[in-house]
Amino acid sequence: MSGKYFQPEIECADPAEIKKIQSEKLVKQVRHVWDNVPYYRAKMEAKGVTPDDIHGVEDLYKLPFLSKDDLRESYPYGLMGCSREEVVRIHSTSGTTGKRVIAYYTQEDLDIWSDCTARAIVAAGGDKTDVVQVSYGYGLFTGGFGLNDGSNKVGCMTLPMSSGNTERQLQFMVDLGSTILCCTPSYAAYLGESIKEAGLSDKIHLKAGIFGAEAWSEEMRRDIEKSLGLKAYDIYGLTELTGPGVAYECEAQHGMHINEDHFIAEIIDPDTEEVLPEGTVGELVFTSLDKKGFPMLRYRTHDICVLNREKCSCGRTFIKMAKPMGRSDDMLIIKGVNVFPSQIEAVLLEEGFPANYQIIVDRVNNSDTLEVQVEMTPELFSDNLGKISDVEKQLIGSLKAMLGIYAKVRLVAPKSITRSEGKAVRVIDKRKI
Amino acid sequence: MEIYQVSVFLENQAGKLSEVTNLLAENGIDLRAINIAESSDYGVLRVITSDSNRAVEILREHGFIVNCTAVLGVSVPDRPGGLAHLLRQLAEEKFDVEYMYSVFGQANGLAYMILRVDNIDTVRAALEKDGIHTADCVELGIK
Ligand SMILES: [Zn+2]
Repeated sequence: MSGKYFQPEIECADPAEIKKIQSEKLVKQVRHVWDNVPYYRAKMEAKGVTPDDIHGVEDLYKLPFLSKDDLRESYPYGLMGCSREEVVRIHSTSGTTGKRVIAYYTQEDLDIWSDCTARAIVAAGGDKTDVVQVSYGYGLFTGGFGLNDGSNKVGCMTLPMSSGNTERQLQFMVDLGSTILCCTPSYAAYLGESIKEAGLSDKIHLKAGIFGAEAWSEEMRRDIEKSLGLKAYDIYGLTELTGPGVAYECEAQHGMHINEDHFIAEIIDPDTEEVLPEGTVGELVFTSLDKKGFPMLRYRTHDICVLNREKCSCGRTFIKMAKPMGRSDDMLIIKGVNVFPSQIEAVLLEEGFPANYQIIVDRVNNSDTLEVQVEMTPELFSDNLGKISDVEKQLIGSLKAMLGIYAKVRLVAPKSITRSEGKAVRVIDKRKI
Repeated sequence: MEIYQVSVFLENQAGKLSEVTNLLAENGIDLRAINIAESSDYGVLRVITSDSNRAVEILREHGFIVNCTAVLGVSVPDRPGGLAHLLRQLAEEKFDVEYMYSVFGQANGLAYMILRVDNIDTVRAALEKDGIHTADCVELGIK
């Protein structure tokens, strides 16, 4: 068993034990926030809740939510949970001014965070014999430092490469025999192509990759695993909560274990804010139990996802979250069914269409309609109308299988889908106009 | 030389068809035949032009999705029931014709049809054997 878990006593603890830890920490954390974060205290007061009402996890629902708007309103210092002197580092999201989030870390916050990423590295098969190439950006972005510190904690030889400079990345990978690669999935895919082009495939010794910070599909996972010759592990995190390592994937590659001794996850209905039972699809909400520099109570992530507490073959008992299927801001309810643009995009790519598309939702005779406009490609074009119509029917069938509802497909000329400021407008909901 | 048809993906939008014909005209490319197949949302424009390579080039430059396919040109016997005779021959041989359309009037006074078939050489040989004349590109004034 040794070597398989970084902290087996916690990662494989009895769920009842975890719940007890969560309850004790939550009571303390709520008190801490009440005493140190006037912004959140005011929200609690407005809701008529005091720390005396919180006796454990079962009382979590009584607390007010924190939203992105709250973060914006309280910028820059409003949600800091300790004195300025205790803060040793900050990280920040890449949001444009006004939307930027700055998160504060005490030394203890950083220690706990590196425990979390260390668990992820060990779950990916890492130990002190490994050479970990960290090709996430170092700086305000949490990726580089997050995995770097976890790798140090495991005792791996850590290569603080940061992102970019592909030629140098490949040189170190070959010369030092990197065994674990940490970067975004899109950069991993790019490195895979570059290795192939440079004819270096035989000289690469990677066995595992820890890829996160952006959405990626199972198809992309298979491609990366093939091109880099490694096993690809997903990792989840948000700067608001700490960074990568809030949840991490194990060898089962079937959902990410949430570090439940440090975070409580809830699933809510994004519209009614009602807490939904485990196993239901909804918006993911996190409470950080230990974070002192930037404590988040019931932070709405806007990630739509599902939790699963079934026993995992890896032996860990932490609850698992599925890969988020979309953003609640993007979620459309069409004929009572939740539809995400990301689902439609996945189908289009699979069927050989370009990812440039537009979704038009309307209401005709009191019934919702969904139309997907997609650009024709030279590969799919034929002088035979019947063949084009077959392609169209195939796409309609795949969309129906993915979404559960009928979507009309409209093939349009290339580059005809309108772009504003270079970014395509993906959804036009005429029901709201 | 084989006759090539240029096919263009067209959205069913006012002005799209004339955009194509204008582009060809501006570049001195003449139309020998034109045919459109449509669904409710889009159409496939098929043209025989005086210069298929150039037509493809120009249309692609202007962002159109285009492909080029070899087709069979057939002269329709100039007598009553000429077309019926041609169709009967095709049916008897059980040739699968995806679609066909007529060519604009030619200076030589003959009437021609364009046939889209998979096995051009077989069909050509069979028709010639039945006394139906097939045309090459020179005959239709194609470069
Ligand atoms: Zn597991």
